[in-house]
Amino acid sequence: MSTDTRIGEVLSKIERVRQTRRHKFYLRDEHITLSHGSGGKATHNLIEGVFGPAFSNPLLDRMDDAASFTVAGTEARLAFTTDTYVVSPLFFPGGDIGKLAVHGTINDLAMAGAQPLYLSAGFILEEGFPIADLRRIVTSMASAAADAGVMIVTGDTKVVERGKADGLFINTAGIGQIQSFGPLGQAHAQPGDKVLLSGPVGDHGIAILLAREALDIETDTESDTAPLYGLVAALLGAAGQGVHCLKDPTRGGVATLLNEVALASEVSIALDEHTIPVHAAVRGACELLGLDPLTIANEGKLVAIVAPEVAEQALLALRAHPLGREAELIGEVRAEPAGMVFLRTDIGGTRVLDMLVGDPLPRIC
Amino acid sequence: MKYVDEYRDPALAQRISAEIGKLSAGRPLKMMEVCGGHTHTIYKHGIEDVLPPNIDLIHGPGCPVCVLPMGRVDDAIAIARTEGVIFTTFGDMMRVPGSNGSLLDAKAAGADVRFVYSPLDALKLARQNPSREVVFFAIGFETTAPSTAITLLRAQAEGIRNFSVFCNHVTIIPALKAILDSPDLRLDGFVGPGHVSMVIGMRPYTFITRDHHKPIVIAGFEPLDIIQSVYMIVQQISEGRAEVENQYARVVRPEGNVKALEAMARTMELRPYFEWRGLGFITHSALKLRREYALWDAELRFEVPGIRVADPKACQCGEVLKGVIKPWECKVFGTACTPETPIGTCMVSSEGACAAYYNYGRFSMAAERAHLPTINLQPATQAQH
Repeated sequence: MSTDTRIGEVLSKIERVRQTRRHKFYLRDEHITLSHGSGGKATHNLIEGVFGPAFSNPLLDRMDDAASFTVAGTEARLAFTTDTYVVSPLFFPGGDIGKLAVHGTINDLAMAGAQPLYLSAGFILEEGFPIADLRRIVTSMASAAADAGVMIVTGDTKVVERGKADGLFINTAGIGQIQSFGPLGQAHAQPGDKVLLSGPVGDHGIAILLAREALDIETDTESDTAPLYGLVAALLGAAGQGVHCLKDPTRGGVATLLNEVALASEVSIALDEHTIPVHAAVRGACELLGLDPLTIANEGKLVAIVAPEVAEQALLALRAHPLGREAELIGEVRAEPAGMVFLRTDIGGTRVLDMLVGDPLPRIC
Repeated sequence: MKYVDEYRDPALAQRISAEIGKLSAGRPLKMMEVCGGHTHTIYKHGIEDVLPPNIDLIHGPGCPVCVLPMGRVDDAIAIARTEGVIFTTFGDMMRVPGSNGSLLDAKAAGADVRFVYSPLDALKLARQNPSREVVFFAIGFETTAPSTAITLLRAQAEGIRNFSVFCNHVTIIPALKAILDSPDLRLDGFVGPGHVSMVIGMRPYTFITRDHHKPIVIAGFEPLDIIQSVYMIVQQISEGRAEVENQYARVVRPEGNVKALEAMARTMELRPYFEWRGLGFITHSALKLRREYALWDAELRFEVPGIRVADPKACQCGEVLKGVIKPWECKVFGTACTPETPIGTCMVSSEGACAAYYNYGRFSMAAERAHLPTINLQPATQAQH
């Protein structure tokens, strides 16, 4: 048998396995490990293996960042989402857990094309936690909410014994009103679409890593945490129905996000490595630590997949907004090979870009 | 970025590659990159796409995680489970499966396993936790052995007694000998390991040129380093030479790093033999702590089962490590064995040939099969900053 035929056979075998696993996630683990919180493959397996089957319904099964629905008897289209924050340390360059808890939930709504309106806030506090720190965090939440034009309208407080929580954890949920015209979602990318990224990747993850680990690497890297609805509104205003998919590359980074889109839309995504913006300090830290900036978390960036005819307006609209000044066109959507993301490397080669496997940085948000 | 971009210039890569093509005149040449770091670079940057098709890169045994036999992982987990122990390891080792789970599983089940970037961080933990026993899982070739040695010297100088090292350091030369003596394989040259050579220098490789008449070029880890090394090997072949050459002159000195070698010699000595995954037992191929450092030797301080565990039957890591088969030729590659559910070690470490191939290499295969155009993105817009 010739090598080519054999390569073909091996590939189709791997592809068959990948296809079967796409809709059937195998959760073989007996215990929760930190990988299950990474936002990468293990998280997917956990969601698809435990939560998905138990809660299954048409709204949830789309597995978008927020659920979108209309209220019976009204025209209002709403988006609803929730997120929990366990970041360590609680205060880091560029932000704190409170600011993150507001921005993260606002951004999940924004990615559904929704203007965030109301948030809830739930606190799990550890016995002994300094009230001064709590004040600082709550003040930061309040100003983040005010800046983004949302109100925190309901909340809850629980206290657990010392040692049962690491200082404090925050949960926020949010409701927003959908402003987009067409259907938005990770299943709506089409061959020919262009992939836009709103700015340099990896700042949040690297800022947290350097704040936490005693690596003695000094940079001025700050978390990019920011509320993204303004940027989304500018984008929707410029590109309208041409925007097919919006997602924010948080845990698992751009690589995981695009793999999710490729799988959900049954398309292939091709990226050009040299167009992907990364701050020099982040790139340097990644080179030293053996990390890939494309798998590092961001808290103030978005990826937009748009129709080719609106790509130019969309990019200009992103760049005209303060949070999108460094936006770039980083790739395009293709039909084949479906479910796969690949990358033209800086040196001119090509490689597969897979989801994050394992967790280099637990508790990033 | 300075000191990085210079080594990733696509135009220069194309030019050198064209020269390689001319010089080798289409003759099929097999060369082994010994070091896992090189395997990683080759796949991460898609270097095989850039090189002429007659150059076949074979991935060698230089991934320390990959060559560690399962029994040693079990021993590590046994130490990690001991009451009062803080077990420290490089991140790569966390997910390596032993016969009954990995260190990550042991951590989930309650063991205090932490990952560190340097053995000195482990020593720091020992200082901070005087009531706990801190064990460092030392793995790696001559690249990482000096930092373990320095840490031991410091532990001794400071009299830190709650620190010990589970030593699994291996040496590259005996493994190279085993590969050259293996009848399975015909190689035309070697891309030599850069960081190992930074420590041991160039002289230990002379047996390759003298006894086996194969060229070896010690290479750096950036894409252009590797492409230039391939060029230097092809040049030697075309001129009928077999020499030890140094492409990585900005880091590697002919005599190596004398201070590092001294620190290793003071603290460690050769084991009579050591098991390598896939290669079997190789004499004088690994290091253990000298008797003077018994106080810091985890193998003496803790109960380790020390049981030899056979690899899973389906796993062909051995053949992959010797370069006898390509990763995709393994029976379980990409199906039963994937980075999420690894069977063999080569699928775990980012330096492992199988993981590199699965994560990065599959596209070239898919592209070849589907006759896909290569990516060449035309900017959709003329948008200006």
